[in-house]
This record gives sequence, C-alpha cells and structure tokens, in this order.
Amino acid sequence: MSLILAFLASIGRTVLAGLAGVGRFTLFATETVSHLTRPPFYWREFGHALVQIGWLSLPVVGMTALFTGGALALQIYAGGARFNAETVVPSIVAIGLTRELGPVLGGLMVAARVASSIAAEIGTMKVTEQIDALTTLSTNPMKYLTLPRVLAATLAVPVLVGVGDVIGIMGGFLVGVARLDFGAATYLKTTLDFLETWDVVSGLIKGSVFGFIVALMGCYHGMNSGRGAQGVGRATKTAVVAASVLILAANYVLTEVFFSA
Amino acid sequence: MIELRDVHKAFGENRVLRGVNLTVASGSSMVIIGGSGTGKSVALKCILGLIRPDSGTITLDGQDVTRGDRDAFLARFGMLFQGGALFDSLPVWQNVAFRLLRGSLKRPAREAREIAVEKLRRVGLKPDVADKFPAELSGGMQKRVGLARAIAAEPEIIFFDEPTTGLDPIMSGVINELIREIVVEMGATAMTITHDMTSVRAIADNVAMLHDGVIKWTGPVSEMDHSGDPYLDQFIHGRAEGPIEAVR
Repeated sequence: MSLILAFLASIGRTVLAGLAGVGRFTLFATETVSHLTRPPFYWREFGHALVQIGWLSLPVVGMTALFTGGALALQIYAGGARFNAETVVPSIVAIGLTRELGPVLGGLMVAARVASSIAAEIGTMKVTEQIDALTTLSTNPMKYLTLPRVLAATLAVPVLVGVGDVIGIMGGFLVGVARLDFGAATYLKTTLDFLETWDVVSGLIKGSVFGFIVALMGCYHGMNSGRGAQGVGRATKTAVVAASVLILAANYVLTEVFFSA
Repeated sequence: MIELRDVHKAFGENRVLRGVNLTVASGSSMVIIGGSGTGKSVALKCILGLIRPDSGTITLDGQDVTRGDRDAFLARFGMLFQGGALFDSLPVWQNVAFRLLRGSLKRPAREAREIAVEKLRRVGLKPDVADKFPAELSGGMQKRVGLARAIAAEPEIIFFDEPTTGLDPIMSGVINELIREIVVEMGATAMTITHDMTSVRAIADNVAMLHDGVIKWTGPVSEMDHSGDPYLDQFIHGRAEGPIEAVR
C-alpha cells in the first residue's frame, strides 16, 4: 500500500512541478511582453541582437534551405514519376518550402544556434553575478537582456524564413534544371503560377512565432540557470530541446489554424 | 542608517538567516565577518532587494527598502561583487560608466567616458585600460575596475562583497587601502563582508559576526580583540577548537 502511495505521490510531485514550470514560464513571457509598452527601451542592445540573431544566422539558414530545396525536388520527382506527375515538382517544392519546411527548418536551425547562445550567455551572466550587478546599477535585466533579444528574434526570423524560401526554391530550380531536365523558364513560370501570397505569408507568420519561442526559451532558461558550468550546460541543452519541441508543436497548431478546412 | 530587524530567510530546508538584527550608522564602515555559508552575502542581497526576506524589516533612513521608488533607492548604492561581475561584452570604460550611460543619471558619452577614466585613475589604473575588455585584465585589475564602477556615480552607500578574495597579499593590501580611502573621501556608508581579518582591521569602524543565522557579536573594531565572545575569538584567531564546529 505504501509503495502505491509513494508511486502516486511521485506522479503528483512531477505533475505539480510541471505545472509550476508552466506557470513560471507564462509569467516570464507575460512580463517580457509587458515591457514593450514601458520605457526605457535599449536600442543598442536591440540592434546588437538583430545582427546576432538575424544577420549571423543567414548562412546556416540559407545552406539549410538550399539543400532542402534540392532534395525536395529530387524526392517529389521520384514520387511523382509513379503517377506520371513529374510536372508538379516546381509547385510542390515552392508550396512545401514556403508553408512548412522553410519556417520549420529555419526555426530549428535558429533554435540550435540562437537559443543555445542566449541561454549560455545569460546563464553565465547569472552565475557570475552580472545579472545582480545589472539590478544594482538600476537596470532591469528583463528590459536590458530579454526584451531586445525576444523582439529581435520575432522580427528577424520571418525575414530569414523569407530569404530561405527564395534560396530553397532556387535549390529546387537548380536541381530541376540541371538534373531533372526542366526548362528554366517553365520551372519558374510553374512556380509563380501555383504559389499564392498566403503560402508565403503563413510561413512568415510561423517564422515570427518560432523566433519568439526561440529567444524566449533561451532567455528563460538562461535566467533560471543553475550554478556552475554544469548548471549553464543544462540550461543551454534544455533551452534548445524545449525550443525545438515547442516549434514543432506550434507549427502543428498554426497549420491547423491556417489551413484546416 | 541601515537597520535590519529580525530578518529571516530560508532556501527550502536551509534556514540561512534566523533573525538578524543589525544597525549600520550613516558614514560608518561596518564589516560583517563569519564562516562560509553563514548568510553574509544573503544579508547584503536582502538589503539591496536582490533576495526577498521571508520575514523581518529592513529600513534605510527609516524607510522600508521594499517600498517606494526602486530606481531612486538603488541609485543611492554602489556594489563591488566578489568576482567583479564585470560585463564581458562591454569595454572597461563602459562597465565603469554603465550607470552614467543610461537611466536617470545618463550623460553624454564623452562626459561619461571622462568620468570613467578619472575613476579608473582613482583606483590606480591607467587610461589605456579603458578600452580593454574585462577578459584581458588580471583578477586584481578586475577588482579595481569593479571598485571604480561601484564609485562611478558617487553613491551614498557602498557594499563590498569579499573584496580581497582570490588576491595576493600585496594586491589585497592595495584594495583594502583603496576602499578605506574612498569611503573616507566620499563620506559614504560602507558595508563589507569578508573572511580576511587583515581586511577587517584595515577597513572597519565596526564589526559584526554572523553565525548560525544571527549576529553573535557586534561592536567597534577596537574592541574586537577583547570581546570575550568565544565565537568571535575562535574566528579571529582561526582556531579549529571552539564553539564553531569545523567540518573536517
């Protein structure tokens, strides 16, 4: 009997700890957003975050999109050949990239690169008392560290997704023309004919949501980092894993909202 | 005047502060001593509002520190952290002038830099240090930069958290002298926590010993050697035997 009670108690403790974590994260997110309307706003930190998150993520997002577009063209061609539907390659590559693969893969690559670096940086600042120092210097760490990063990621990731869409479609185009014997003009015309504005816009909205998630997870886990190198390492790992899972979950929810009949 | 009345703070089962009562007179230099993990830093952080006490009151000039304008309250303080807590991403002069580059004390960048260079000179650092990054400095230089940052906005109250930890005896002596000079020169109220008895004798007007979450003894530094308090005697003479249990 006592064994069963202990088992149930451990489940209860886990559930309570999980709910407490969700509550803390929700409060953190709410506080971050609330600072948007309350001065001061640290423009220099925002600009720095834009460069770090947006500009410096461009190579990795671009390479991911390029190779994904190429591989997608090959797969769709091979699959479409079973139904004599090889001509759908340009349109499916474009729709697949803009609606799904561009934002999701872009978001995941940014999560790997940015959530980890934000969590490690803020976590190190926490364990070396730099966060306490900020407070004693009359500077709110949420305003100085969190808000600029979250806002920069929310604005920069959709731009990265847009650029990634173009590069990904070019990857499909290069493979289509060089390997699959499509005419260049035909490929581009089919792409443009089938692609709708909403395909692109929905992907950009997803990118914005994913950017928000990535930066918020990095900041939250950094601010709540444990002591020492192990604490910072754990915060970094958790930030990347949590951001990645949340991106995939949010992608499903957004797809339901945007595209379910 | 800073007053702590029956301040309690626990972290889970660990009751760190168990009713701290302490008064620090304006313009005086109070040093809190005590073993590692006795809650000295926690007490300091409670005063600054970095940690919220579970119960008790902390007042500054009669005003509860948890009420009122937080920015105005913090603007009265400067703090030297144990590890310096310098911002890695900023050059030294921007660390020193951090408060002068933003917020209510904001000044033009050129003026802020001039003040930073002057404060660096005050702590014995040359102007060429201003453009270096904290990672390029030795531990002693980082402490001095931290000290320059603590005094940059000329606060009324300065806290020093283990100012000489990790420094060689000569550098410790230099930092102790600087702290004493600066406190006297600025007429500031100082609160220092340390284990270093040389620092205590160099810096303190008054001493308080924290043990088991309460202040065991407090009085002028001149009376410290003749207190008759067994805890204080054991601590200042570094004896293994006595009422304070040493973990071996």
